[in-house]
Amino acid sequence: MNFLLCKFIELLKNFNIPDSIGILLFLPLPFFVIISFLIITVIFLVLFERKLLGYFTQRKGPNRVGVWGILQTTADAIKLLCKENIELLSADKFLFTLSPLVAFSAIIILWCIIPYNSEFNMINSSVGILIYLIVSSFPMLFHFLAGYSSNNKYSIIGSYRALALTASYSVPVIFIILSIVCITRTMNLNKIVLFQTSYWLIFSNFLGFIIFYISSIAKLNRCPFDLSEAESELVCGYHTEYSGMRFAMFFLGEYAELFVMCMLISILFFGGYLPPFGIYLSNILSGNCSLCRYLIYFEQTFWLIFKTLIIIFSIIWVRATLPRLTQKKVLELFWKYLTPLSIVNLIIIILMRI
Amino acid sequence: MNKMTLNLGPQHPSTHGVLRLILELEGEKVISCEPDIGYLHRGMEKIAESRSYIQYLPMVDRVDYLCGFFYSYAFCNAVEHLNHIEVPQYANYIRVMMMELNRIASHLLWLGTYLLDLGAISPMFYTFRERESILDYFEKITGQRMMYNYFVFGGVRHNILYFDDVLNIVNNILFKINEYENLITDNPIFLSRTKGVGVISKTKALDWGLTGPNLRASGILNDYRMNMEIYDDIEFDIVLSNEGDCYSRYIVRIYEMRESVFIIKQCIDWLKSNKVIPDPVKFSHNEYQKGEIYSFVEAPRGLTLCYLNSVGETTPYRLKWRTGSFYSTQILRDILKGVSLADIMAIYGSLDVVLPEVDR
Repeated sequence: MNFLLCKFIELLKNFNIPDSIGILLFLPLPFFVIISFLIITVIFLVLFERKLLGYFTQRKGPNRVGVWGILQTTADAIKLLCKENIELLSADKFLFTLSPLVAFSAIIILWCIIPYNSEFNMINSSVGILIYLIVSSFPMLFHFLAGYSSNNKYSIIGSYRALALTASYSVPVIFIILSIVCITRTMNLNKIVLFQTSYWLIFSNFLGFIIFYISSIAKLNRCPFDLSEAESELVCGYHTEYSGMRFAMFFLGEYAELFVMCMLISILFFGGYLPPFGIYLSNILSGNCSLCRYLIYFEQTFWLIFKTLIIIFSIIWVRATLPRLTQKKVLELFWKYLTPLSIVNLIIIILMRI
Repeated sequence: MNKMTLNLGPQHPSTHGVLRLILELEGEKVISCEPDIGYLHRGMEKIAESRSYIQYLPMVDRVDYLCGFFYSYAFCNAVEHLNHIEVPQYANYIRVMMMELNRIASHLLWLGTYLLDLGAISPMFYTFRERESILDYFEKITGQRMMYNYFVFGGVRHNILYFDDVLNIVNNILFKINEYENLITDNPIFLSRTKGVGVISKTKALDWGLTGPNLRASGILNDYRMNMEIYDDIEFDIVLSNEGDCYSRYIVRIYEMRESVFIIKQCIDWLKSNKVIPDPVKFSHNEYQKGEIYSFVEAPRGLTLCYLNSVGETTPYRLKWRTGSFYSTQILRDILKGVSLADIMAIYGSLDVVLPEVDR
């Protein structure tokens, strides 16, 4: 970030703008970059999922709006923006409006924690991963409040299921993250990435990866753990009563969370923005020219997104294949198998690191 | 814990029609269930009294839109027996072939939607793909995809059948059923959702009047195809399973589809070897016999009875349908007691209820 800030101030000096104003002007910039990146990514991620699900199920997916249906989700988003916000008279209006807002903004904070390349890391905290853990529990809490406040029986059942699920997947997630912290001896996401320069953490923590992957699917509320919005049982779960922009908040938030969670997986286990073969392509291609330094940043972001998309692909594949588990089985899976396994995993890693 | 009354339906994504279940819930546990039917009542039985036989014939396909041939057959069979019309053997074999194809189409639709109820989205598209090939064939033969109006009193409307098409379709389906089994049968999540869930014991199944695959999944050997004349020269196995849970209802239907393919192949062999194609039977539509008769057929959703009472007029005096799904719906109030909310759809879906057939 400091490097970008210096460049920005240098740029402004050409227009005779003092440093202090330059710093002030710079402050909101990364946020706007992340927001626009988020919205574009999410809109195309929805399209990506619909296309993939289409091909998994022998269809074409959306292919009418724009070339190859590329504008389909944009059109959907605009449609949702224009729709009326319906709310029940018996609903708790304050919580009903607040929940989608907070759930979505919590996810934006998650996006700010991620190191997109070695320079661009908006919240470069020494306890980045802790912040991630705390903030990532917000959406689920507000999903619960959304279901509670909408005063619909399906929503309330969905909310209770969401709460029960939250308690069960959080424990293995925390243990796996602890084991990673044990290996890397840092909680800073950027340092965790740089630790993996020689080898990816998936090789030293494979069991951890499997548990983390399953738990994160549960955290993302996706098939086969989509109990809280099980369409065939609870209609839509906690967001049954939502419509228009409020629904869009939940919907887009869900995909934003999917993307950021998969980015976290690729950071924790697949070396984040590091290139897979240890060499930067832009180094080879452009030699030692001055632009090369900038190109590397773009390449790093490319690798991060590339790895993320592969993980997202696998999660969509899971969704296209598996039926939904029942709550009893989910609790059994997490408390009887994954939690003890993650503790064992942590103990083994601690013993290895002594 | 507080009790909660939940109205599941009539508008709900997975009641497949308009069934309303009035559930008493304690947490997620169902204390009592009251199925409420009648949202799709079309008065099929009363309409018959003001329509002539030939006018009513196109309507019977609409009793159950997923397997119209069976209802056509039951009605035609009743009229034929009452008026002593001899149906040529050739037409009988065509009827069997069409009905078995229709049974496969119906079971395929059930399979897809059942997995959709359990939360798996892909199998629905796969089964609909194969069902589509059957419906395309029906469209080629009868001009209709679901409401065929192909069986007539004394035979079938015409006998231009493309046997090679049928063989291609059934061979493909035989192959695809293996693919479905690879995807579904041993899936641990599917097993956990269906094994030991919604168990219907032998006595319970008989008490509530279940028929068809639901009854055979409870271990009772009862297939009315054994008693039907047109199946006399056809060899087939009856699929039985003893557990009576959702999984055995699934496995019974899967194997029934294979049996149907076997039956269809026998029909085609017979039809191909029989070169003498008889003329369709002709009879006067003004002179109907007096009397009453029950005709029956083993439909995909169980025993279907057609009661016909004629006083010699051109319209039936009274017509009554007995359909399998009606009984499958009634048993819900017994077997849903004490299950969790998530299992309701697993159990209800496994019974293969089609609401238009319940209400007629």
